[in-house]
Amino acid sequence: MLRYLVFRASQLILVLIVVSILVFVFTSVMGNPVYLMVRENATEEEVQAAIEYLGLDKPLPVRYGIFVKNALRGDFGKSYVYHQPALRIISERFPATIEIVIVAMLLSALVAIPLGVYSGAYPKNFFSKSIMTISIAGISLPSFWVGMVLIFVFSLKLGILPVSGRGDVGVFLGIKTSLATVSGWRHIILPSVTLALGSLATILRLTRAGMQENMRQDYVKFARAKGVPRKKVLFGHALKNTLIPVVTIFGLQLGGLIAFTTITETIFSWPGMGKLLIDAINSADRPIVSAYILFVAVMFVFINFVVDILYTIIDPRIDLK
Amino acid sequence: MNKLLEVKGLKTYFHTFKGTVKAVDNVSFDIHEGEILGVVGESGGGKSVTGFSVIRLIDEPGQIESGEIIFNGTNLLKKSESEMNKVRGKEISMVFQDPMTSLNPVYTIGEQMDEVLLLHEKLNKHERRNRCIELLKDVGISNPESRLKNYPHQFSGGMRQRVVIAIALAANPKLIIADEPTTALDVTIQSQILKLMKKLVEEHGVALMLITHDLAVVSEMADRINVMYCGKIVESGYTREIIENYTHPYTEGLLNSIPDIDKDKSKLNTIPGIVPNMFDLPKGCNFSPRCKNCQDICLEKEPKLTEIGENHYVSCHFPLRKEAN
Amino acid sequence: MQVQVKTSNALKGSAENSKLKTFLSSEFIYNYKRSPTAIIGSIITIVVLLTALIGPFFTVQNPYDMSTIDLSDAYKPPAWIEGGDSNFILGTDQQGRDILSAIVYGSRISLIIGVAGTLFASIIGITLGLVSGYFGGRVDALIMRMADIQLSFPTMLIALFLMTFFGRGIGNILIALCLVGWVRYARTVRGETLTVKKKEYIEATRVIGLPNFKIISKHVLPNVFTSIIVLSTIQVGSFILTEATLSFLGLGVPVTRPSLGMLCNNGFKVLYSGLWWVSIFPGLYIMLIVFGINLLGDFLRDELNPKLK
Repeated sequence: MLRYLVFRASQLILVLIVVSILVFVFTSVMGNPVYLMVRENATEEEVQAAIEYLGLDKPLPVRYGIFVKNALRGDFGKSYVYHQPALRIISERFPATIEIVIVAMLLSALVAIPLGVYSGAYPKNFFSKSIMTISIAGISLPSFWVGMVLIFVFSLKLGILPVSGRGDVGVFLGIKTSLATVSGWRHIILPSVTLALGSLATILRLTRAGMQENMRQDYVKFARAKGVPRKKVLFGHALKNTLIPVVTIFGLQLGGLIAFTTITETIFSWPGMGKLLIDAINSADRPIVSAYILFVAVMFVFINFVVDILYTIIDPRIDLK
Repeated sequence: MNKLLEVKGLKTYFHTFKGTVKAVDNVSFDIHEGEILGVVGESGGGKSVTGFSVIRLIDEPGQIESGEIIFNGTNLLKKSESEMNKVRGKEISMVFQDPMTSLNPVYTIGEQMDEVLLLHEKLNKHERRNRCIELLKDVGISNPESRLKNYPHQFSGGMRQRVVIAIALAANPKLIIADEPTTALDVTIQSQILKLMKKLVEEHGVALMLITHDLAVVSEMADRINVMYCGKIVESGYTREIIENYTHPYTEGLLNSIPDIDKDKSKLNTIPGIVPNMFDLPKGCNFSPRCKNCQDICLEKEPKLTEIGENHYVSCHFPLRKEAN
Repeated sequence: MQVQVKTSNALKGSAENSKLKTFLSSEFIYNYKRSPTAIIGSIITIVVLLTALIGPFFTVQNPYDMSTIDLSDAYKPPAWIEGGDSNFILGTDQQGRDILSAIVYGSRISLIIGVAGTLFASIIGITLGLVSGYFGGRVDALIMRMADIQLSFPTMLIALFLMTFFGRGIGNILIALCLVGWVRYARTVRGETLTVKKKEYIEATRVIGLPNFKIISKHVLPNVFTSIIVLSTIQVGSFILTEATLSFLGLGVPVTRPSLGMLCNNGFKVLYSGLWWVSIFPGLYIMLIVFGINLLGDFLRDELNPKLK
């Protein structure tokens, strides 16, 4: 267990070093931030002053050192647009993003797993075949397009759901969330459905594949030879074996969902970190972009860690090494 | 002794895109109560399919085409699926080839044993637990109380096969079908498991259908032997009769390919050729391409299974006759 | 299970006896003919490719040529809706551009990026995979660590960051797609290379002094060929989607060469004014293209390499 923790921690550090170098290279070496600082017809002195202010006159390794030192203190500089520390803005936007991610995750799990299990258990029946074809259509859909269609149908044509924004925020268990208000729920439906669709299809397909794989195993046949009815074999023996890897898939999907919030939030003007990132990119707000990347990197390593732990808890065969 | 199982004209075919494989083609045999029947032959000969046909666990694209499987006076092929579930595990149970895969990795041994008892026996929780412990003791597992909580991966291959045998015995079945029960095990473990099985079936008065490719194993265990080749029984009879007075050239080949420690080690006899393509069986006798006594008629006409001695049947145009001695 | 194993062994045995190739192809074709989804997938793919190839000869406009566009044609709905113009079957946008023409030209960009990106990514990935698997050691460790780190991030996010730093442009998209797409090829090829390397006949070829290059090209590549085909089919579809998403976010193709994603971006601005056709049709076409490719990819995976997920 201790060895595993050390291994994970070293992995986290490795990832962060690589990511920080990349972020540093891209933000500091490529492009010239000086011209974002000074006015258009700046004099030599003004440019020079900006260079010194940004520390660009120092050699690269020194600049990287400064970058890391500041980053460790959570200081990625102030946003050019909001004039506030970048990390603070991101953490303010974080709950809104987690909200739609959680709703989307639950939505896709509740729909995908039962359908995946069913179509894996009865692969030959018409309903299962339809599910599979529809799921291929599901992974072929561009999520921004789904969002547009949903807005057009439910907000513009039918007028039953709001077009964009987050709605009212209520306090629930001390946390500010739109899940505590009716208006919040009305606002969250479309973005989370849009977000859920891609991962829904993926989870469905992987659950089905796992189910079919397990049904071919000898222990399923042995259980049948014991006189266990087919249904009980499917939903007792095969299902438990299928659900174990689904946990891993969930972890991976969680990362994917966070990535795709950039699109969903942009379409629905949802004030989370995804929209913040796209806005920052469009306004060349580099502190926000670098803070976002490192924030997300830490988050992903953390998610992987949690998934690994969960996996060992539910799978009796695995010991942490 | 009474006939426990009587199989008549069983045909189990596999319909694939390439054509039909007649995995079991018109096979008839019977098993008496408490008897050990050995079914031998090379792999692909239809032995396992025969075993699985008896408890009707044939997966697609396989299908039982025709025949009768009469068990205790009733035809199993006429039973519904839910009626079959009361036969499987209760009346007829199975032991599979690979104990590494036949136990579910995510349930404990106790849970998997309990499942059979729950399905087939009217026992309360406490009684079921005691029965499980007793069964594990019977199959030679030490510390059964604590072992119940273990998962399959915490057992060695031989131990797992003992657990599988315990599960097979749990509901006091009348027949156990063991499909190559020792093939996946280490040689040293093999004989232990076989001895255990023989002891247990004798103690419990259970009949055993022992499917194996190893004629040596069968000759030590079985009361009677069916030799199968390409989905058909080519020779059947009492074990001694088969070993001493075999008449089918295939049986002779199988017997000669058993390595004999006492004899010259430099030469191991084998049957020439390989099992023919099941999609494209030869005309006439299936064994003709590999048979040293092959004549014209063997390439034309399929031999019939005929009785040549007491309970000794063979399907060959030119059965071997040993010099009387 | 055992029963099935035995029949499949019987199949394999027979295949080795007779001609392996005819057997394989016949099974493949046999299943293909019985798979409606595979047939529909190929039809869609062929139609999409033909449209991109010869479609521009039949469109009413060339969306790149401003002289063919008339601002007075702007805001026309699809032909079957009142106020529609039979010249512009799917309507026009706010500048008078014919949506159908824009889709036909846009699909060219999308397809070129999808196919070229896959091609380049596969070349890089296969090379790195072979190097990694064949030489092992530090090179292998380095390449695979890189792959590990990359795989812990969603593809979409990496592509997004790369485009942030590269800036818009078709070339830049291709570079970004290569950088995100090589990993899966490298992993598959490395795995296969390791398996092949262990086999005795490879040992034998080394003993007789065959150069590394020859060993790789003769023995490893044929073994991974089917996996690469399957991966590539799926990759083209996912690259088209990635490009569309990047372009929709304004981080993809330049405005002068609108791909289907860019058209959606353009249409999204006017969606709220009720001009739904400007964005919905290009998006629908993206789905059609990717759907066709994925149907085909799904079939190929099931047939050629079910282990690939």
